[in-house]
Amino acid sequence: MLDKISLSKMDDLFADVPESVVLKKDYDLPSAMSEIEIRNYFEKLGEKNKKLTVFAGAGYYDHYAPSAINALISRSEFLTAYTPYQPEIAQGTLRYIFEYQSMICELTGMDCTNASMYDGSTATAEAMFMAVASAKKKNTVLISQTVNPATIRVVKTYAKYKGINVVEIAEKDGCTDKADMINKLSSGDVAGVIVSSLNYYGIIEDYAGYADAIHEAKALFIVNADPSALAVLKTPAEWGADIACGDGQTLGIPLNFGGAYVGFLACKKDLVRKLPGRIAGATTDVDGKRAFVLTLQAREQHIRREKANSNICSNQSLMALYVTIYLSLMGKSGLKKVNELSYSGAHYLYEQLLATGKFSPVFDKPFLKEFAVKTTLDIEALEKKLEENGILGGVRLGKEKKGMENCLLFCVTEKRSKEEIDHLIALIKEV
Amino acid sequence: MKYYDKLIFELSKEGRTGYTLPENGIAEYSIKDIPSDLGRAQEAELPEVSELDVARHYTNVSNMNFGVETGFYPLGSCTMKYNPKINDEISGLPAFTSLHPFQSEDSIQGALEVYYNLAKSLSEISGLAEYTLNPYAGSHGELVGLMIMRQYHMKRGDTKRTKVIVPDSAHGTNPASAAVCGLEIVEVKSNDKGTINVADLEPLLDDTIAGIMMTNPNTLGIFETEILEIAKLVHDAGGLLYYDGANLNPLLGKCRPGDMGFDIMHINLHKTFSTPHGGGGPGSGPVGVCAKLVDYLPNPRVKKDDDRFYLENGENSLGSISSFLGNFSVYLRAYVYILTLGKEKLKYVGPLATLNANYIKESLKDYYYLPIEGLCKHEFVFDGLLDKSTGVTTLDVAKRLLDYGFHAPTIYFPLLFHQSIMIEPVETESLDTLDSFIEIMKKVAIEAKEDPETVKNAPYSTPVRRLDETTAAKKPLIKYKD
Repeated sequence: MLDKISLSKMDDLFADVPESVVLKKDYDLPSAMSEIEIRNYFEKLGEKNKKLTVFAGAGYYDHYAPSAINALISRSEFLTAYTPYQPEIAQGTLRYIFEYQSMICELTGMDCTNASMYDGSTATAEAMFMAVASAKKKNTVLISQTVNPATIRVVKTYAKYKGINVVEIAEKDGCTDKADMINKLSSGDVAGVIVSSLNYYGIIEDYAGYADAIHEAKALFIVNADPSALAVLKTPAEWGADIACGDGQTLGIPLNFGGAYVGFLACKKDLVRKLPGRIAGATTDVDGKRAFVLTLQAREQHIRREKANSNICSNQSLMALYVTIYLSLMGKSGLKKVNELSYSGAHYLYEQLLATGKFSPVFDKPFLKEFAVKTTLDIEALEKKLEENGILGGVRLGKEKKGMENCLLFCVTEKRSKEEIDHLIALIKEV
Repeated sequence: MKYYDKLIFELSKEGRTGYTLPENGIAEYSIKDIPSDLGRAQEAELPEVSELDVARHYTNVSNMNFGVETGFYPLGSCTMKYNPKINDEISGLPAFTSLHPFQSEDSIQGALEVYYNLAKSLSEISGLAEYTLNPYAGSHGELVGLMIMRQYHMKRGDTKRTKVIVPDSAHGTNPASAAVCGLEIVEVKSNDKGTINVADLEPLLDDTIAGIMMTNPNTLGIFETEILEIAKLVHDAGGLLYYDGANLNPLLGKCRPGDMGFDIMHINLHKTFSTPHGGGGPGSGPVGVCAKLVDYLPNPRVKKDDDRFYLENGENSLGSISSFLGNFSVYLRAYVYILTLGKEKLKYVGPLATLNANYIKESLKDYYYLPIEGLCKHEFVFDGLLDKSTGVTTLDVAKRLLDYGFHAPTIYFPLLFHQSIMIEPVETESLDTLDSFIEIMKKVAIEAKEDPETVKNAPYSTPVRRLDETTAAKKPLIKYKD
């Protein structure tokens, strides 16, 4: 091969590299491992983690995933393909993206969606960009304090560098303070308002009247939604939202220590040209066969470069496939069933916790699978006791919210049995 | 590959299901108690299908896709190397997949160790002080890298540095990331060799420049031989050097961006470190920085104290750019890859990728127009066929390759040439594969001369043929109900 290139030795391939930067030592890294050694090494590492029965949510939910999903997304045709630049040999990817888009629109009630985003927090930041790009010369975005704090942090980071002003809307009794929002809308500089459903505390907020107030101020209404709960809850479209966004993790994606998940971003028809990222559309080939292709690409970074509204290149494709297969398997009845089981389990745990006398309610608001409670117990002792017994209990709200040092956020999904809940309660009684 | 025309919705039959769920035996609470004005009015029209329906459908759908295991994938700038299966196996271990971000630090020591050790390995490989693995993708890493650049200047009170220099040959993401980060773009022209002239750069450097974004080798696969002079100039002017890690693969074992003077870089783990591309994601875009910038890395950071790992949020940090620690399930695979190759084999990645690229380039330059002679690194660019008289374009060549069972190279990028064909063969491909690709590329060039119409109407053997993209854009149908 070197002859073909007219070189005599391998080092000549790097003759153009200045001598002073050529690496003259081996990497200070471990030696190569065989598969046996790799398996042993990671088995040991894995033992340093603890697999727990999860009663925590706060943005990461332990939902059930049918076995078929992993088997199917592991097919190398899906797993090892690149983004569909050659549509003639990427109809698999393009077809499932089209199905994914259809399902996200069904769940959110929106007209359009892209082929997915990195996660829910960055999708929300991109929704903010869409709002500011749509508004003429307005530069403020309001975000409710009942949105997950991790999402608020990411939105604020994106805003800081882009020069967008983010103002929080106060919370009141665990919900967005509508009066505070209306007051802040009156500044005249608001391009968008971000709220969430379910909210950080697990509460199903009532957004009646929000769309009118927000649209009157010529701002866009953005709802960050839990897509799993949308099988039963009022959709962002029904609330009158212009943009729906959120994290698809609740659609059966394993906890995975925080990723990889998938973000979704959907909008009303008139905003489609502000939508970032990939979009797949239906068309035909020269023989008239139905086919799919990336479309409306004039919005994207590889065409618009510095004028693009977003720098996202691709999508979270394999995870979009994941949730597409999940939604196919669960279907119309399965996703509702997930919510029914989560609802009854969560309400059972809530009442059982109150019945111990060691917990009291924090809010008096409807919830679905997650709720806040206040405790008289020593939280550290409680956490320790539960972990020793293989359980992850509620998430401490005091880490995020001032004045909530004695509060915990518990979550119950369809994976938790009555026996597991009873066991949790029995352990709590021993603390 | 075989055409298949169903959508999952078209298989739906009322009442069919593809899941099983247990009852939880809790009858006293019902979801019907949610006030009706908080519930959705119409049910979501999700498909009703069996597990077999789903399995068969997605198997058929997958048969219309070309992956790395289907055949050679010389897509320039994308580093389509083979993804060893052990990486997926380890990433799927319940000891990792079951972890909740809010578990106690004592119960996630193994996961934090993965993060810490991989970050250290990337530091060693790239010559930078510290890494964050939080960015979700290459483009995300780029944005985070630029945020670090801005945070550095802002923390020093140097607020007028709001411009960043980007070569005209750069990936579209570079200017887009800069704009999203609130930076103004100053373009520096590349010379006829595709590299940056120090003389062209010098006049652009003043006290409004935050830094420069570069890839090295650049998007033409050419090493920027004046990189040390460029680094000195930019640093002397108070700016920082950002390295776009899209082209890191050829440097493995040979040189390190940190040693060239780069202050910040991102790595596409799905390129250089063999995590699967997944049809466009999930990727992972770790960002590394030199010692003076470590305090600006995004929160949270993973630290080590004696033998214990812990999370820390820094006060000078640029903030959070991900909800937690990024795409753990992806970068765990990269860690497996690095341990599998180890110091003994990682050092051959760059040289072998470079050898393969130069071999193809020299083998085909009598058939395709090579605008820049001489050594390339992991990839190179032809400007279309040598003989353009028949009107056969780069697009036609790309489509014809599909008929012969190859993925097409990257086409019409970089923008410096009108008929760019960008070829990156990667180190995992054998000489046999390279030779068969070379043979087919020659055959297509000959066909273009002898039977141009055949090439212009290709492909013929793919699941679908050329698509009507104009109608798709004019009358967008982007969901089933449209």
